[in-house]
This record gives sequence, C-alpha cells and structure tokens, in this order.
Amino acid sequence: MRTLEQTTAEVLQLACTHFKVPAGSLAPEDDFFKKLGIDSLQALEMLTRLENHFGIELPDYELQGVSDFRTLASRIQSRL
Amino acid sequence: MLDLSGYSSIGAALQDALETYAPEICLIEADRDRENHRLTYREFKKRALPLAKALQEAGFGSGDRAAIIMTNQSKWLISAYAIFFCGGVLVPLDFKLTPGEHWQLLKHSGSSVLITEHPIWRQLQGDTSGRAAACNVRTILVTEAPPGDDLAGAQRWEDFRVQSKPSFVPRQRKDVASIVYSSGTGGRPKGCMMTHENYLEQCVALTSVYPFWPGVRYLSILPTNHAIDFMVGFFGPFTCGATVVHLRTLRPEYVREAFAKYKITYVSLVPLVLKNLQKGLQARFDELSPGKRRVFDTVVSLNKAFTKDRPILPLSRMLLKQVHDAFGGQLRAIIVGGAFTEPQTLQFFYDLGIPVANGYWLTEAGTAITVNDLKPFRADTVGKPLPGMEVRIVGSDAEGVGEVSVRSKTVMSGYLDDPELTAETIVGGWLMTGDLGRIDDYGHLQLFGRKKNMIVTEEGKNIYPEDIEAAFESLPVKEFCVFAANYVWPKRSMVGEQLMLVLRLEPGQSLTDDLRRAIAERNSRLLNYKRIHGIVLSKEDFPRTASLKIKRSVLAERLAMLDRAAAVLPL
Repeated sequence: MRTLEQTTAEVLQLACTHFKVPAGSLAPEDDFFKKLGIDSLQALEMLTRLENHFGIELPDYELQGVSDFRTLASRIQSRL
Repeated sequence: MLDLSGYSSIGAALQDALETYAPEICLIEADRDRENHRLTYREFKKRALPLAKALQEAGFGSGDRAAIIMTNQSKWLISAYAIFFCGGVLVPLDFKLTPGEHWQLLKHSGSSVLITEHPIWRQLQGDTSGRAAACNVRTILVTEAPPGDDLAGAQRWEDFRVQSKPSFVPRQRKDVASIVYSSGTGGRPKGCMMTHENYLEQCVALTSVYPFWPGVRYLSILPTNHAIDFMVGFFGPFTCGATVVHLRTLRPEYVREAFAKYKITYVSLVPLVLKNLQKGLQARFDELSPGKRRVFDTVVSLNKAFTKDRPILPLSRMLLKQVHDAFGGQLRAIIVGGAFTEPQTLQFFYDLGIPVANGYWLTEAGTAITVNDLKPFRADTVGKPLPGMEVRIVGSDAEGVGEVSVRSKTVMSGYLDDPELTAETIVGGWLMTGDLGRIDDYGHLQLFGRKKNMIVTEEGKNIYPEDIEAAFESLPVKEFCVFAANYVWPKRSMVGEQLMLVLRLEPGQSLTDDLRRAIAERNSRLLNYKRIHGIVLSKEDFPRTASLKIKRSVLAERLAMLDRAAAVLPL
C-alpha cells in the first residue's frame, strides 16, 4: 500500500510527463490550472492517465473544487 | 410540427409521451465505455411512478419544491418526471457548486426534498452549519450509496419506492414549473421562476428549427441543470419520442467515442468543449502526409463551395466520410451557445460539413432566444430569433448597437423572492438582457459585449463579481471590490472577459509581496473559473450610498478614466 507521500510523488511525476514539463518542476501545493495553464477538460484528460496508472476509477465529480496536486492525490489515495 | 397547445404542464406532456412512445428507447446511460442502462419509455415510466408515489406518501404535493443535485444520468430524468407528476416544482442545482453554495440555494429555494448522488451527499454532509440552516429540506434521497453506508438521515433513492399507483397532479400553464439559478450564489441568488408555459412554448419553438423524432439520438453532456440541456436533453426529445444518451463523464476521449458508438444526431456544447473537439481534429489533420493533406484540403474546399448557401448533409458525409464517420455518420447539428464562440471555430466545423448552430441562450429567457438556422450558415452572428421571440435593441447608437431586449411567452415570470431585481430586469414586459447587440439587415443578431457587470466563461457559467467578493473578506486593505474588466472598459467584443480586484489601500500602504500573497491565497480558494486575473489600485475612497453600499456605477466611471493596460496589474 502506497503512502500519501508516494501517491503525491507519482501524481506529480505523471503530470510532468503528461503535460511535458521538466521533472521536478511541480510541487504538491501547486495550483495545476494556474501553474500548467490548463482548462478543466485538460485536467480531466490527466485524470484518465492517473486512473490507468493507479488502477482505480475516479468519477469526474472527484475533481470538483480540486486545483492542487496534494488534494488530488488524497482523493486518489482514498480509493486505493 | 410539434403541437403542445393541448397541454397545460410539463408533467401532462411527458405523461402522454411515455404512453405514445412506450416501446421506443428514451434513455441510454453510458459511463466511459460501459453502458449502464438502456430504457424504453415504458421502462422509464415503470421506474418513475413508484418514486412519485413514495414522494406523495412522504407529503410532497402540488407546488412543493424538490431539488436535484446530480451529474447527468438516468435517475436525474426519472426523478424530475416524478416531481412533475406530483405537481411539484423542480429546482435543478449545479452539481459543480460547493457544499456551502448548495445549502444556501436549498434554503433560498425552500426545497423540501433533495435528490442527490452519494459522492455529492458525502460532501454536503461535511457542511453541518449549512445543513442546519436549510432546515426546510426534510426528505433527502441519495442514489448509488454503497451498501452499509451511514447516510446520516438520508434515504436510498433505489429503496424509496411504493408500488401502488400515484395520482397525477395537474398544473396550470402559468404555474411555476421550475426554479433555475442562473448564477449569483453570493449575496443575491438569482432564482429564475420558469413556468410550464415557458417550457411548452420554448419546446415548440426550438423543435420547429431542430426537430426530434423517434430514432433521433441526442448526446447529453452539458449538465441537465443547465436550461438548454433540460430542454434539448430531456423535455424536447421526450415529447417527440427521441433518445437521450447520457455520458457520465466529460473526458474528451469518451465524448469523441460516444458520437460514433451511439450514432448521435444532435449535441449541445459550450465553446470550451467545441474547441477541444476542434483541437483533436486539427491534430489529426496535421498528421496527414503532405500528399494526403493536399487531397483533404481540396475536398474541404469542394464541400465549402457546395454548402455555401445551406448544409447538404448527404454530400458532406460522402465527401468527408472519415470525418463524419468519426462523429457516427448521423450528426445533423452541433448546437452551441451559452457563451461566446469564436467564429473561426464555427467555420472550422461548417467547412467539414458539420453544421454548428450557434445560438444565444439565457436562462431568464427560457433558454434559446436566437439560433442559426443555417440558411445560410453565418459564423459572425448568433442567428435569428426563434419563432415567438420578439427581439429589439434598446438605446441603440449610430451603428445600431444597444441593449438586447426580449419579449416572449418563454420569458421567466421573475426572480424568486426578489421583486426589485425582477422589476429591473423585466421592464414593461421586455426582458433586458444586459448584452449589447445589433440586428443586421438579414435579421441576424450580432453580439458585441455586455452592459452589465458580469462575465460568462467558456464553460457557459455566469459570474457576477459581487458574488465572489466574500472570498476576499478580511484582506488587510482599506476597501476592495471586484469588477468585470470589460464592464469598466467596454469593448466591442465578447472575448477577453476577466475579473479584477479593485483595492483602496490604507494611507501609506503599498502593494507588497505579502499583500499579493494574501490576495493569491484567497483567490486560490475560489473555483478556478471564478478567480480574479488582475489588481487595480484606486487612488480615492470608493463612493458609497448613505447606507454605505459601494456606488458601483460611479466607481466604474472613475476607473474607466484610467488606461486599462496600465491600470490592471498582474496578480
């Protein structure tokens, strides 16, 4: 079982790969809309990638009101 | 042509449709690549009536209000029909709001029943003070709750059924059918009271331009709480025996798949989703080899030439078969509105033989005011008024641009519990939209910006600056307020809408990094589409009324004297 820290680190790594930004350039507290300049649909695309990686299903609704990687990771963690 | 003149309510029209089209498929619910449900009109009725009976036994009756907070799914529509069957008033709430905002609107609407989904209920439960304040909500039904989960006073939607026959409760055309919140979850909720007549008339008008019939499949991906999806993703198709396809995710890859899998006829989109589809297609075209690209461009040019005056779907489907096949090969129109769509995006699709019906939607007007009838296609306008819609321009300038006003049987009866705002908005029977427009020589409406202090996002969300000021409370400055930049500095444009925070600093205070951080931190608590994008420093105290309310129009006039580019500081 992953710890929340591990899940967060994997979320950050996957986001870097998905949005083609340098590894390590994102932090848990970053607002991904602002930092990556993405819209809500692009955030949903990232969610699919995260689902495939973690082997879970995360309803779109789980992204409501979430804008930082740490909260996103905790939503994933609760379904692992 | 659809005739609903014999019906006095949504419930009555739907009741007949469920009988008339009993063996037809009314609803398909899909989630990702799975199909959850496929219901005929007969099965839909069988699921709705036991819910209606249970609601009646719980004391829900004529004129009582029931709120739905759900994502798009079959139980949304089943619940809505049960509410109308009981003579109730539907309160469709945006599931994307925060729990605090939900409870506020549940209280404001006076809803006695709440129907919601388990993940949403989990979050609503967390706001105990919000729940305590909304004590009017007595019956709470939760769908898809895991077995054994403590629902904290709510009941399982799936178990809330009584098998004996419910009594249909008739309503009159002028009775309120639904309270739709167009925006304003802050200090002044704007609950549009829509009558049964509003919906019956709008349905006839819209289907006269874009008809439904058994076999038509409408892809419902806009939230059904949106007035447009309620109309073209529920009431319109159901009264005509068509099929609604619900997709429980907005993820672009599944949206693209759904077109082909379910051979979709119509879809309504907001500009953000349309642009995403455009981006996906453009990426595929860019991957073509130079030779194939030349052939493709030639075929597109041919299609453009043939469809200059009107769409010729069979020809376009033949010429651009692969593109149309990717959309299922049956798509008749993409209906888009609710926010400004860039003409080049509309033209991109039309050139491929996929008509995009650009329209002008406003909840207060009963959804669509104008829509492009594609005779011919115009990318630069929002189309012509629908039948039964009178549109006039008030206070027009030398170029014919003024405030768009609308008179129609589809216009709401008013804002719930806000006669003052109603009187400001509906003047002498005309709905003042606050949007600036012009009607051209061909009867098409062109929009040029807004007269009121608000913005509309690409996702079609109306944001009133006043409603987000609470997020900046306790900011260590003398005073502050939020404005739409285009309201202060009017532009003849619907693009580049942004919110800005206007600050009046204390004497000797400056915009330090600490203050910027305090602003950024509060801004980040707002949902991303409600965030401010810049700061303006006011050199004077804000003008205020005797009761100390900010005189916004006077302040806006003062700010307008500043140069926008220099005055708006980045966050």
